[in-house]
Amino acid sequence: MDTMAAIKQTFFQECEEQLAELESGLLAIERQESDSETINAVFRAVHSIKGGAGAFGLDELVRFAHTFETTLDLMRSNALDITHNLVKLMLRAADGLADLVRFSRDGTELDRARIAQLHAELTRAASGDAAPAIEATPAPAAADQGDGPDENGFTPIRFSLEDLVAADFGSLPDEAPKGPLVVSFRPKPELYAKANDALVLLREVKRLGDVMISCDISEVPLLTELDPEGAYLSWTIELDPSIEESAVREVFEFVTFDCELDVSTKAIEPSQATDTADFQVIPVTDIAAMLAEAQTPVESVPVTPQPEHKLTPTETLIKAGMAQAAAQSSQQTTIRVDLDRVDRLIDLVGELVINQSMLAQRVTEAGIARLSEVAVGLDDLEHLTREIQDSVMAIRAQPVRPIFQRMSRVVREVADMTGKSVRLVTEGENCEVDKTVIERLADPLTHMIRNAIDHGLEKPEYRVAAGKSEQGVVRMTAAHRSGRVIIEVSDDGAGINRARVREIAVGKGIIDPDAQLSDGEIDDLIFAPGFSTASTISDVSGRGVGMDVVKRSIQALGGRISISSRPGQGTTFTLSLPLTLAVLDGMVVTVAGQTLVVPLTAIVETLQPKQQDVHGMGETSRVIAIRGSFLPLIDIGLQLGYREEEADPFNSVAIMVESENRTQSALLVDGIIGQQQVVIKSLETNYGHVFGVAAATILGDGRVAVILDVDAIVAGTRSEMNRPDHRKRSAA
Amino acid sequence: MKKVILTVDDSRTIREMLRTALSEAGMDVVQAEDGVQGLEVLQSTIPNVIVTDINMPRLDGFGFIEAVRSNDQYRGIPILVLTTESMDEKKDRARRAGATGWIVKPFDPAKLVSAINRVAA
Repeated sequence: MDTMAAIKQTFFQECEEQLAELESGLLAIERQESDSETINAVFRAVHSIKGGAGAFGLDELVRFAHTFETTLDLMRSNALDITHNLVKLMLRAADGLADLVRFSRDGTELDRARIAQLHAELTRAASGDAAPAIEATPAPAAADQGDGPDENGFTPIRFSLEDLVAADFGSLPDEAPKGPLVVSFRPKPELYAKANDALVLLREVKRLGDVMISCDISEVPLLTELDPEGAYLSWTIELDPSIEESAVREVFEFVTFDCELDVSTKAIEPSQATDTADFQVIPVTDIAAMLAEAQTPVESVPVTPQPEHKLTPTETLIKAGMAQAAAQSSQQTTIRVDLDRVDRLIDLVGELVINQSMLAQRVTEAGIARLSEVAVGLDDLEHLTREIQDSVMAIRAQPVRPIFQRMSRVVREVADMTGKSVRLVTEGENCEVDKTVIERLADPLTHMIRNAIDHGLEKPEYRVAAGKSEQGVVRMTAAHRSGRVIIEVSDDGAGINRARVREIAVGKGIIDPDAQLSDGEIDDLIFAPGFSTASTISDVSGRGVGMDVVKRSIQALGGRISISSRPGQGTTFTLSLPLTLAVLDGMVVTVAGQTLVVPLTAIVETLQPKQQDVHGMGETSRVIAIRGSFLPLIDIGLQLGYREEEADPFNSVAIMVESENRTQSALLVDGIIGQQQVVIKSLETNYGHVFGVAAATILGDGRVAVILDVDAIVAGTRSEMNRPDHRKRSAA
Repeated sequence: MKKVILTVDDSRTIREMLRTALSEAGMDVVQAEDGVQGLEVLQSTIPNVIVTDINMPRLDGFGFIEAVRSNDQYRGIPILVLTTESMDEKKDRARRAGATGWIVKPFDPAKLVSAINRVAA
């Protein structure tokens, strides 16, 4: 990759960070939780994007960012009132900017009409009282640095428009007779105070071609009266006619305001070019010596660092800066690593874990004592392996913040489309999850948020009638709970209309008209394939994709989704997700001679069934009584087709599992081998989906074991119980 | 002797561009991400020229320039500010703070090098 392409890639990575910063800043402003630094950061984000985009010639992006930035600058300088509508516009502009960035990067589709519309709105917002504001300006962050120049010992230079015109167009070269250019250059003390150097400038002029430079030393006072920071020298430079005036002016560009500069064309003797009376011509090589003699205020700069450590004003400033910095966590040291490298490392660590457990098993089989040096060393190795594994997994972990932020855009769009007023509340954005889990959450979450606004929240007039505030609230939270991350999406809408859901489910043949369903079971029906509550497929959430797809994508991540709803108070979807997709703590069990792994996260307890606790229910089902409640007893051997006959519960072990929506069931297995962390190997990539099987793993003895998909097994048993044909069979 | 340039900019992209352009012109580059870091770098390295952005977190370009100019040890270092053309007012404020010159973004590497040559021998 050439340098430019690499920098461009850096630019787009940085854009993503700036866009996130921009959005979170604007959201803080919207919540009125901002301070002056927030708006500065927001401004900087857009400014940075513009700066980089300019370098790559991304003109469309530059234009939009420029207008955006202008409006933000006015907000920043308090020239524009920060109204609710203005912040809304800024948020939409941020979305537009994001689209433009992605368009510039990937060439994705771009809604130019929308960009143009936003551009126009931004221009309109900025126009109002923009003109006086630009003049007033002092930006809040810099205002406290002190504008007063006195402190630093130099006078402010006031310049008017006339000065500008004079400087830029004052003496355009006379077209007709081309005589030599004569420049008269008289520095003011300010020129030196800003670390400009007359000598360097003269050297640059000399580079342009043949020049004749003369120095006027008439104003140099006696040494006793000499102010070391004063400016006493002036120069007259006669240039070869071939040298362009613009080139000369460019050399003096930085010092235009800190010197008296006159550029004119004269066909006469250079000595007459100036009015100065006594005036000597000095060869250019002598100037350096003269300057040194005259003690011009440009001091030589020591190149070595000073070892002494006094608290200079600079250090005081640094200290103040550091105190500020302590409050900001974003200044951590980071490196960027290709994801492929991390994944390779994770794969290798996975193999290491398998190898380590195989080795441990061999040692046990070889009859080596547990306290022998070999066994103890192996224990240490196991600890180390675990630690390495945890650390490597942590590399892939990322906060859910970006995805939460993306949802705020979805909320805005859907709110606009449906005409509902919605506020998004997010919590736990710093919660970390595996990168892949985060990436694959985007679609399901988008769908859930759309559903929450489109179907969950009532129209404003209904809300008011129900005594609620007009603005609906959608809440999205993330938290770690017992080794999993729990994400909840809830709304404060009307809750699920159960009568309607039931009606639809019966109408679509999903349930039997006489099915006895609990409220929870009715709510779960919305996850049934092909179920859609909207009577007409709306623009927003209905695209033929239902909650069943959401559920499947969450399950594909090893996650669970459940729903709870209270009439008039709203609906909550709860996602429970694994922190990583690479390993899993499991209980190794045997069923009909097969070794299986039950994910530990699903297990509540294990027990030995007693005769009086197991009851038959209908022809094929059995339940087990545990502390007064009846749980369905699921015979794994039978369910997965390992055997035809029911297992004898009294010679088996019941594993109580909790599945999605917190219902409990008991899985019947032959025996428990132990508890072990296993490395997940996907079966679906090479094989295909098998009912009840989530993935596979390699055990210490080298055998392949299947990892059970507990939710699927439990759900499979339940739907079998509710299915019309099963009910008929049970009734017969 | 090789010129040492300190670049102060919070944008990784701009820092990279400056580094590439300056290295190709045979200069050594030291980088800082904001004014505070810029001042920290100055404690160990005295560059021939400083190139600084204006909009930065913690300590912005104006504050950084003023801090450099108010320190006897650093005050002689030429400072070029990076600015966008539309911001004459910024240029003016930077000059008042003590900036030696300016570079208009997006910059052309040749212009950058020429600007540096106009402020440092």
